[in-house]
Amino acid sequence: MSERADTAPILELRDVSKSFGAVYAVRDVNLRVYPREIVALVGDNGAGKSTLIKVISGVHAPDHGEVYVKGERVHNWSTAQARRRGIETVYQDKALAEQQTVMRNLFMGREEAGPFGWLRLGHQRAEAEALMRRIGFTSRLVSPDSVVATLSGGEREGVAIARAMFFRADLIILDEPTQALSLTQAREVLRFVERARDDGSSVILITHNVYHAYEVADRIVILDRGQIVGEFQRTAITAVQLIEYMQTVAHEGAPVN
Amino acid sequence: MVSIAQPGRATETTAPPRQNPLLRYLRRHREFGSALAFLVVMFAAFAIASPGVFLRPQIYSAIFISLPISIILAVSLVFVIVAGEIDLAFPSVVGVSALVFTTVVSTGGNPWIGLVLALIAGVLAGVCNGFLVAYLGLSSLVATLGMNFLWRGLIQIVRQGNGAPLTFLNKTDLYQVLVGHIGWLPVQLIWGILFAVLGVLLFTRFRFGSQVACVGDNMEAAREMGINVKLVKLSAFAFVGLAAGLAGVLAILINNNFYPTVGDGYLLSVLAAVFVGGTPTWGGVGTIAGSVVGAFTVGSIETGIVAAGLTGYFTQFFYGVVIVLSLVTHRLTRPRAKVGGRW
Repeated sequence: MSERADTAPILELRDVSKSFGAVYAVRDVNLRVYPREIVALVGDNGAGKSTLIKVISGVHAPDHGEVYVKGERVHNWSTAQARRRGIETVYQDKALAEQQTVMRNLFMGREEAGPFGWLRLGHQRAEAEALMRRIGFTSRLVSPDSVVATLSGGEREGVAIARAMFFRADLIILDEPTQALSLTQAREVLRFVERARDDGSSVILITHNVYHAYEVADRIVILDRGQIVGEFQRTAITAVQLIEYMQTVAHEGAPVN
Repeated sequence: MVSIAQPGRATETTAPPRQNPLLRYLRRHREFGSALAFLVVMFAAFAIASPGVFLRPQIYSAIFISLPISIILAVSLVFVIVAGEIDLAFPSVVGVSALVFTTVVSTGGNPWIGLVLALIAGVLAGVCNGFLVAYLGLSSLVATLGMNFLWRGLIQIVRQGNGAPLTFLNKTDLYQVLVGHIGWLPVQLIWGILFAVLGVLLFTRFRFGSQVACVGDNMEAAREMGINVKLVKLSAFAFVGLAAGLAGVLAILINNNFYPTVGDGYLLSVLAAVFVGGTPTWGGVGTIAGSVVGAFTVGSIETGIVAAGLTGYFTQFFYGVVIVLSLVTHRLTRPRAKVGGRW
């Protein structure tokens, strides 16, 4: 991480732990996310990925440890505070209203309106179109007026990512965005993720698919039984090495220095 | 399935084929289209059965006298149903506001003040209904069923079951402005249409309509994205209250008479109008223009049956036929429909 020492991280976790009863779901996690970086968080089911992102997005308060956002320590961490500080989370249900248009979903709860709530539809449509182009919707069959129910799974994920991007999220957390998608659709989603980074956001990508992680991530963090057991720059390792590493070292449960 | 991952494929860059604008509108608004088609077919049947009656304008003038009340109520009800709830209490709210108006004018008050207070009473009653559903989390089906009895019971207690003649209002400005005639045209039809236009704008062009649809479509998502779900639902019920307030004043002015059961007759016909108009029961989507068409359809059945020379015994049967057939029509024109409702 020496090459990043000059830039301040967007998010930093120091010795963060979270337990449910006697069980540690996340233990002594140290994690930094830098601007314009895709960090993939990989690990098997039960590795603590979900708990960790719920801590980051403010759903769970950590039992121990400190959370810093842009160098500033945060207290009373909550979902509202996380969002206010530019951290958007896209959960697996994607929080889309399926019978509504793409545009309505993009602006849900944050409609651009004048006096008495008169919607600035022309303005919204133009912004939605620009955003969709930026994130890589190239099909002319998908417009801001398309109903979400008519889109493919990958496209829906794209709408959810676009919505997070639109509100200038500094950090977008994606919870298993490629799960249950066909190969083409998963690839499409990974492209959306790259676009979001190129657009200026950092991304934490949660996945248990090592190949997906390897394809887009700048850095890969391996989580096992609540602990970080490995952390690699993508350029420093091949996908095969990564899998071998996960199969051997990670499952021994031995942290790597 | 359209892939958007690989730009440049021929199918992706071809623009959708050009269409007749009317066809395109109907494709986007299937529910409205099928409601309209149903109305046209029904009137064609009426006209064949008794051309003498349905080709003369007088029959429409008769239909238009009370149609505006159904339109106003049905338009407002679309908001509650799209928000994923139901309101069965509006008939009694019609009665409450009619009672408030009657109390003001029969104690010598200015009828315009009576109108304003009736509208306020309607909104307040609507807020009560909405509070039970949105903030106490009661089932809207059961809570508003209960409130319908409760408001009606209050009216009966206050009035001891008595009506009140209102013929003395016939010469007032209020009467002329709200329910007078311009030639053969009952003025209330203009108010009904204006209210429907207001409804369309509110539904499609204002933040309120957009949030109502999002709440009814996916309540959890709406909450997650920062919409005040409870307030949106409460507002939808309050809007029905406002509509019921206006409908209450119109109803007793048209009849020249306050009667304690005013509004009761609208319960099933207005609900039918909303669904015949194409708004589904599951929330998230609906059509205001369709509900106007639905009100017209339902409001014409009785006239049509009588004009066709059948006895009044056929009325209920044909109501049933029309409602069920129109639901089947909507089901067939909605290929990707969800099935069933939520309340």
